[in-house]
Amino acid sequence: MATVIIPTPLRKFTNNTARLEVGAGTIHDTVQELTLNFPDLKKHLLDEGGNIRSYVNIFVGNDDIRNLQQERTAVGKDAVISIVPAIAGGSPDAEPGAAASAPHGFSKEELARYNRHIIIPGFGMESQQKLKAAKVLVIGSGGLGSPVLLYLAAAGIGTIGIVDFDVVDDSNLQRQVLFGVDEIGKPKVEAARRRLEALNPYIRLNIYNTHLNSQNALDIMKDYDVIADGTDNFPTRYLVNDAAVLLGKTNVYASIFQFEGQVSVFNYPDEQGNRGPNYRDLYPTPPPPGLVPSCAEGGVLGVLPGIIGSLQALEVIKVITRVGDTLSGRFYIFDALNFESRTFNIRSREDNPINGKNPSITGLIDYEQFCGMRAVEEKPLKEVTAKELYDWQVRGEKFQLIDVREPHEFDIVNIGAELIPLATVAANAEKIDRDRKVVVHCKMGGRSAKAIRELEEKFGFTNLYNLKGGILAYIDEVQPELTKY
Amino acid sequence: MIIIEPSVRELMIEDAVNTFPDECCGFLFGREETDGTRIVLDILVVDNSKEGDKTRRFEISPLDYMTAEQHALDHDWTLLGVYHSHPNHPAIPSEHDRKAAQPYFSYVIVSVLNNEIITLRSWLLNEEQQFEEEKIADYQFT
Repeated sequence: MATVIIPTPLRKFTNNTARLEVGAGTIHDTVQELTLNFPDLKKHLLDEGGNIRSYVNIFVGNDDIRNLQQERTAVGKDAVISIVPAIAGGSPDAEPGAAASAPHGFSKEELARYNRHIIIPGFGMESQQKLKAAKVLVIGSGGLGSPVLLYLAAAGIGTIGIVDFDVVDDSNLQRQVLFGVDEIGKPKVEAARRRLEALNPYIRLNIYNTHLNSQNALDIMKDYDVIADGTDNFPTRYLVNDAAVLLGKTNVYASIFQFEGQVSVFNYPDEQGNRGPNYRDLYPTPPPPGLVPSCAEGGVLGVLPGIIGSLQALEVIKVITRVGDTLSGRFYIFDALNFESRTFNIRSREDNPINGKNPSITGLIDYEQFCGMRAVEEKPLKEVTAKELYDWQVRGEKFQLIDVREPHEFDIVNIGAELIPLATVAANAEKIDRDRKVVVHCKMGGRSAKAIRELEEKFGFTNLYNLKGGILAYIDEVQPELTKY
Repeated sequence: MIIIEPSVRELMIEDAVNTFPDECCGFLFGREETDGTRIVLDILVVDNSKEGDKTRRFEISPLDYMTAEQHALDHDWTLLGVYHSHPNHPAIPSEHDRKAAQPYFSYVIVSVLNNEIITLRSWLLNEEQQFEEEKIADYQFT
């Protein structure tokens, strides 16, 4: 009897048998015998004409039957026959951001994808080419950024930059439709990139997991043609405006609060190259600190950023393609409660401090000071590494250890901490000591950070330490014999 | 779900970065739990035997394939699949990948953008010969 070695991927068709005995004869006979005994193998080994498929290699010993007598190759009684699937693949042919070989610059797949754009009279191939050539920077990937990014990526903007420093929080999911529960705790820009890559593989995505500030704004923004400002605070809004004016970029602006949204297009050059008004023509100075609450404080109806962000994406596309009339010189307000829209005209002011008659601002300033508020409220957490925690344990230092994971995780592995799952932390705040150090841990450090922030904000704790890298780091560095999951 | 040991993940990324701008390729070994969860314990780096443009294509020679099957047998592992890189392309299977794909195998794609930004995603063929994403258990975040 000869032996046939079945490759792993095909073993599910041979009752998980790796080695089969077959009678002697030729390869043709062997294949017949195999497909007779295991009919499901047939479509994987033979094509419709009954010939061995081109991507199936058959070896007798170490020789490819293509170099022997093909299917007529004799199979001796001690022969070892290997079925070897061809393993191959590659990247898609259309290079994102680079022109394909056709004169219009699109691959077959891209043409199919953008067909409903290309067939619109007055938009057509020319506008689609402008979208592909465009570079748009979206600042903030939250409520507004989600629809803006989804629609711009789907529309085929060739290069999209995303700036956000934040991580996905469960309170985001009510409106930030880029993200799902799997992304909670992950950097927004990373989660956004994954989602957008899956949506459109023919575009280029650049991510900046950072705070936009006076030090990095010009550098990040300079490589883009159009800026879409979806930020949620005044310091960053003035920063984006001023940087866009200084760099000569169009800034498509939107903002939302509770039931109301606003959209405009700032610093947009008309056919003669004259720039339209900017945010400082509308609001020369920020409101007094504390007068206008943020979405985090005042709330926002989840669908509102969907509406306003879609309008913002629309204006970005119009700015790039120059199809239609943009909101340059106009300011649009949508009131969701009474379904009223209003559009005001806005004009450039001579006393605009950045591009009026006598500009007093010639470079970026400290916008947090200017607005009298922080762009981001959070301060860093106190942390303890696994090694330091171990030192405390060895030295017998007094501290309380809290585990905020779920009970089933605790059952898999624990390091002797008191279990208070994240969702129940606030209700159990009285169980947490105030007069000694408290180390809080989870699997990797994300949930425990959240627990600490909540305890600090709601109950004023000051003695909480986050275990850096969570229980997994502790296992790696201190107790490698414990179960990892 | 597929779990890739962090050290193995590093090896794969190292191969992808060292081979950039060409595509790298290799095999995944490990075990499969009863619930279908796959655990990748080691990889075998093999040559990209594609003749011509290796920046857009990879091919594994049949002899390397046979070595991989033997390697799995020697270590009492299961040959779980194949990894390869997509230099400057997202970690999404191409039509070339789909046409040549084998049933059962996990296809891990390492996307390397400008030789620095790395994304890993894994894909499995379904009954309709289409790829479905196989979730990679995340060691990076809670």
